[in-house]
Amino acid sequence: MNSVEAIDIKTVNGKANAEPVTKTISGSIAVLEACIAEGVETIFGYPGGAIMPIYDALYDYREKLEHILVRHEQGATHAAQGYARVSGRTGVVFATSGPGATNLVTGLADAMIDSTPMVCITGQVFAHLLGTDAFQEIDVINITSPVTKWNYQVTDATEIPSVLAKAFYIAGSGRPGPVLIDITKNAQLQQFEYAGYKKCNHIRSYRPTPNIRKEYIEQAAKMINEAERPFVIFGQGVILGKAEKEFKQFIEKGGLPAAWTILGASAIPTSHPLNVGMLGMHGNYGPNVLTNQCDVLIAVGMRFDDRVTGRLDKYARQAKVIHLDIDPAEIDKNVKAAVPVWGNCKDTLPLLTEKLEQKVYPQWLQKFKEHEEKEYEVVINEELNPTTPILSMGEVIRNLNELTNGDAVIVTDVGQHQMVACRYAKFTQSKSNVTSGGLGTMGFALPAAIGAKCGAPERTVVAVIGDGGFQMTIQELGTIMQSKLNVKIMILNNRFLGMVRQWQQLFHEKRYSFVDIESPDFVMVAKGYGIAGKTVNERSELDAALKEMIAHDGAFLLEVMVGKENNVFPMVPQGCGVAEIRLQ
Amino acid sequence: MKQEYTISVYTENQIGLLNRIAIMFSRRKINIESLNTSPSEIEGIHRFTIVIHEVEDVVRKLVRQVEKQVDVLKAYYNTNEEIIWQELALYKVPTDEIAEKVKVERLLREHGARAVVIRKDYTIFETSGHREETDKLISVLEPFGLIEFVRSARVAIIKDSSGFHEKLREFEQAEPGEEIVENEFLDKQDEVFSM
Repeated sequence: MNSVEAIDIKTVNGKANAEPVTKTISGSIAVLEACIAEGVETIFGYPGGAIMPIYDALYDYREKLEHILVRHEQGATHAAQGYARVSGRTGVVFATSGPGATNLVTGLADAMIDSTPMVCITGQVFAHLLGTDAFQEIDVINITSPVTKWNYQVTDATEIPSVLAKAFYIAGSGRPGPVLIDITKNAQLQQFEYAGYKKCNHIRSYRPTPNIRKEYIEQAAKMINEAERPFVIFGQGVILGKAEKEFKQFIEKGGLPAAWTILGASAIPTSHPLNVGMLGMHGNYGPNVLTNQCDVLIAVGMRFDDRVTGRLDKYARQAKVIHLDIDPAEIDKNVKAAVPVWGNCKDTLPLLTEKLEQKVYPQWLQKFKEHEEKEYEVVINEELNPTTPILSMGEVIRNLNELTNGDAVIVTDVGQHQMVACRYAKFTQSKSNVTSGGLGTMGFALPAAIGAKCGAPERTVVAVIGDGGFQMTIQELGTIMQSKLNVKIMILNNRFLGMVRQWQQLFHEKRYSFVDIESPDFVMVAKGYGIAGKTVNERSELDAALKEMIAHDGAFLLEVMVGKENNVFPMVPQGCGVAEIRLQ
Repeated sequence: MKQEYTISVYTENQIGLLNRIAIMFSRRKINIESLNTSPSEIEGIHRFTIVIHEVEDVVRKLVRQVEKQVDVLKAYYNTNEEIIWQELALYKVPTDEIAEKVKVERLLREHGARAVVIRKDYTIFETSGHREETDKLISVLEPFGLIEFVRSARVAIIKDSSGFHEKLREFEQAEPGEEIVENEFLDKQDEVFSM
């Protein structure tokens, strides 16, 4: 039995609530005590020289803290992201100094732009070696400054409890984001008088949630009540704010059609009658076209990314914009708001709903239906029911969905399959779509699925990945093997870097420059890791193989050979307005 | 229209914050014309004064991003009309040249300068003022063998800041800032075993 009891300062030496009692512990133990106090259950990490004292302490905490040994530190960050996205909790990463720390950068950047709460702890060389080009010394604080919400270097163990408390508070509060704490080796080893862990819930210079201004709520409600063609667009803010219920009540009372960004997907069920589909470059036809026909545009927890807006000077110029966001810096950043509604939408939406008139807009909703029918006719029907014997990505996603009843967590990588999965997956519950939206990180899905499975062990987790992205983090198959994680891996193999190829076809006269990618025998590779697998070439084999994948007790890799030169449509070409969306 | 804006940032005194603020400008490829960090009138609260040449819309968005930093208390941007500002300049000139050829007294009076050091070999003048004023003295001194010139960053006071000052004082009294922790080990290599 190697586990240790959490250090309860109050009862140390049997004296309850006596004079402030302290206990001598190492900085490393303090790190782990902080994790336990913050409710951390799973850590994704990779050991190395400068973080060895923490790993040594972790050896005695194995019963309390699950550690998933990844195969590359980037994998640890994406796993922590996947964990955070499905659980709503903060993901935790341990890595060593130097290359261990630099390998975190992609994941930090991804978490930063997609507002994912994450705390990364990196080991650092001894404090006296800082700045000497010591072995595996890198200035991780300055490297990660642009990609962290906050970061801090600890050189003295006495700081560890308060700094980690700040780290967890900053990562998870307000608009969440990644925090990195760099701890020098001497601080990890240093013995100090530990007075217990106190959670942080306030930092004087930090305002996680802006004050709600009642006058803006009133103005917004009046504007919506007077609208003839109101349109709601929502993003991950609804999910991060845990405001799914409040959001549903808001659109239902106002009778407001609502479309989502890819990070907002699954916040309301796909089947909800007011869910009119996906926004953006490869989103649905109606929401894009009608953005430029609505009279009031209500943006909830989304940041008007360029992949959503297309050309800004052709975006919703006719509409009055109401922007609900927790981050004041997002207001007016890309699209000017007539009414800014600062605050967590969990707080602001009910205030707004209260002032709304109960309404329906049958004619306006009909317009969305008409556009949907047109899109079905030109795009969706062929994608879901191809007239060729060659499999399409869309039908694979549809069949998967029918099998899981939309209850699975779908983790996607980046590229064509990502757009198709987000377009055609049907979701019944929130936090079901995990994808790299802002940064577009190929290689995200496999490690993120590992984290998602750890964060939601009771749910089916399916990683949908392209043949290109899979090879960027393929080594994480080792993590799945060692940790015996029941992750379903579905590779949609078109033997191309499909999204780039699509652009080369459409905008570069089919000059297919380095998109022709060769792959190993994925099933054989999986077999090498002890993971079952199968390849599907024919439509007739698809359903049985999907069933086998889902039913299999343990990880399973299913490779589906799909059309080599299929394109994702509709598409808003770069430099065009949303209303210029092309169906073919 | 691009013009000069002075950005005043009230912050915690934190190592690394200078970089965090500086990279927000470099990320957008905006040149920082001048940057000064100093304590403010309130103990424990630091102040950055940053001058850039930009259009207001860009400056407004930038200041919001700066204010979003965890360790930043408040950030303002102002045009030159809204602030009182000064820069300090030092000029090193050969003493014999200046004593022989120029009436030093007149020079000092005309340019509001004062001699900080007078040695046999050189004299150091100091003046403060706006950019044009300190520039003017360079051109005056250049013919007499100006050896060295240096100008400080702009320091600025916002004309209409009394309200914020009061708030800041109350704030610091209610919640005193934390002590800064520096690396105490850089000269202790002999005492620490390392591997």
